[in-house]
Amino acid sequence: MSDQVSFYGETFTSRLLLGTAQYPSPAILSDAIKDSGSEIVTVSLRRESTGGKNGRAFWDLIKALNVRVLPNTAGCHSVKEAVTTAEMARDVFDTEWIKLEVIGHADTLQPDVFGLVEAARELVSQGFKVFPYTTDDLVVGEKLLSVGCEVLMPWGAPIGSGKGLNNLFALKTMRAHFPNVPLVVDAGIGLPSHAAQSLELGYDAVLLNTAVAKAGDPVKMAKAFALSIEAGRLSFHAGAMEARDMALPSTPVLGLAFSETF
Amino acid sequence: MTKSIAIVGSGVMGLTAAHQLALRGARVTLYDRNRDVGRGCSWWAGGMLALWCEMESAEASIGELGLESLAYWREHFPGVINKGSLVVAPPRDTPDLKRFAARTSHFEVIDGKRVAELEPDLAGRFETGLFFKEEAHLDPRKALGFLFERLQKNFGVRFVMDSNVRPEAIDADHVLDCRGFEARDVLPDLRGVKGEMLIIRTSEISLIRPIRLLHPRIPVYIVPRDDHHFMIGATMIESSDQSRISARSMVELLNAVYALHPSFGEAEIVETGTDVRPAFPDNLPRIRRMGKILRLNGLYRHGYLGAPALSRRAAEIVMEGKTFPEVER
Repeated sequence: MSDQVSFYGETFTSRLLLGTAQYPSPAILSDAIKDSGSEIVTVSLRRESTGGKNGRAFWDLIKALNVRVLPNTAGCHSVKEAVTTAEMARDVFDTEWIKLEVIGHADTLQPDVFGLVEAARELVSQGFKVFPYTTDDLVVGEKLLSVGCEVLMPWGAPIGSGKGLNNLFALKTMRAHFPNVPLVVDAGIGLPSHAAQSLELGYDAVLLNTAVAKAGDPVKMAKAFALSIEAGRLSFHAGAMEARDMALPSTPVLGLAFSETF
Repeated sequence: MTKSIAIVGSGVMGLTAAHQLALRGARVTLYDRNRDVGRGCSWWAGGMLALWCEMESAEASIGELGLESLAYWREHFPGVINKGSLVVAPPRDTPDLKRFAARTSHFEVIDGKRVAELEPDLAGRFETGLFFKEEAHLDPRKALGFLFERLQKNFGVRFVMDSNVRPEAIDADHVLDCRGFEARDVLPDLRGVKGEMLIIRTSEISLIRPIRLLHPRIPVYIVPRDDHHFMIGATMIESSDQSRISARSMVELLNAVYALHPSFGEAEIVETGTDVRPAFPDNLPRIRRMGKILRLNGLYRHGYLGAPALSRRAAEIVMEGKTFPEVER
């Protein structure tokens, strides 16, 4: 049985996209990626490789792991900055994939969705395959698709907050509204249970960084996320029972010798 | 017969190695490519002997090296300031303080009143903090200068400055390569981690001990120095770029001190510095034996905390034939 996730025509078994920042050491990062089973990792160009070749040692460590690299435009606050960073990333990492972040607010790191759509349009026209970090707004999602994005990555909660899925209603609506678009919960995941919940909702994958990097034992936490994502996906396929307001005995009552219900 | 030892690199690694060897009776010659000693990473360091704080992200072995190094500095350098260190967080980042406390030890949780007793100028600014009273700090430039003088006057160590000699080309019983990131060509798994720092000066505020200000993106520390100077550091960027401090880093460092106390807003910026910390993939230091050459490297952000302990091991390898599997990797 193959239950794979597909982004821009490439298929993957793991549904965990892992960020590579803030780990105690590259050695721990490398072990965490291995134990997470993740096949796609995000790399920040701005901070990790100023000017390209100076960050090469770190980039070589990532390359040695044989994972797909998804460069990001973390920390970009304008369309121009994001587009320039994406162009640099394409040269440095030799990939057309780009996780597009256009930050609207330095303090909350909330995406500037207007700039995001504009930057996505420009990058798609240059041949980029854009993974936009967006809010859970449906109309923004539609605009992103209309300019050529084939993946949407709505937030669960603000970046680094670890609050989990803040707006279940909106995320469910988004899933229902875009049944055939790969959807990735990006940002806000703090616990494996949050990741499991995302997959239970039918999301195709989750992207996270801090929850693993800042865990007491990042390698163990990476494994915990891998397991929770597998559990969430299985649960989605299995079809969950309907919740109800009344208790319902799980042992059949009929046929018991004595029962107060009669 | 007296052993002749050559050391290349006069940072904290090279100078403490020279000292540990001289203490054991070796005849030491120290080479450096600069005109003055210690003008690499060691020059820009914070000088915090904060081994318990470092446990927030470092492996336990750094704590062991740190404990030995702290004892070394207290024994051999009169400039150690034994006032502990203080960790605080802005109110909205208290989860970071909790996390810090969960990962470290040897501190007491203190309230705002105690913060004010310890650092009167921070009165009313923080409701809680962590006080690591056994930690200490020193001024790296004073420590380097002190070791330099000591080694010349008391131990007859010969210094050859402005020298581009390679460790491989030196004729001596043993050669210690303490060049830091410069040794990258012979240590392929060594990488650079860029750090940027500032020195500012203001007499509007004074601090007694290093303060760490936690922040999810840019944790910084402020170390008081003589004559109303403060060292603010340091960024950690996966890059071997040695150009000057970036505008973004400067803004982040200054924002952090401004958050610590608005009085820093009036400070003058005395100096900015950038250098590249040498690090192995696990961010732990190593001694690599390559024939008669020992490469002491990978101190990462733990120069003053690691060098004396690593030096002692190197000296015992060279002088007494010992082995230290935990660092010889």
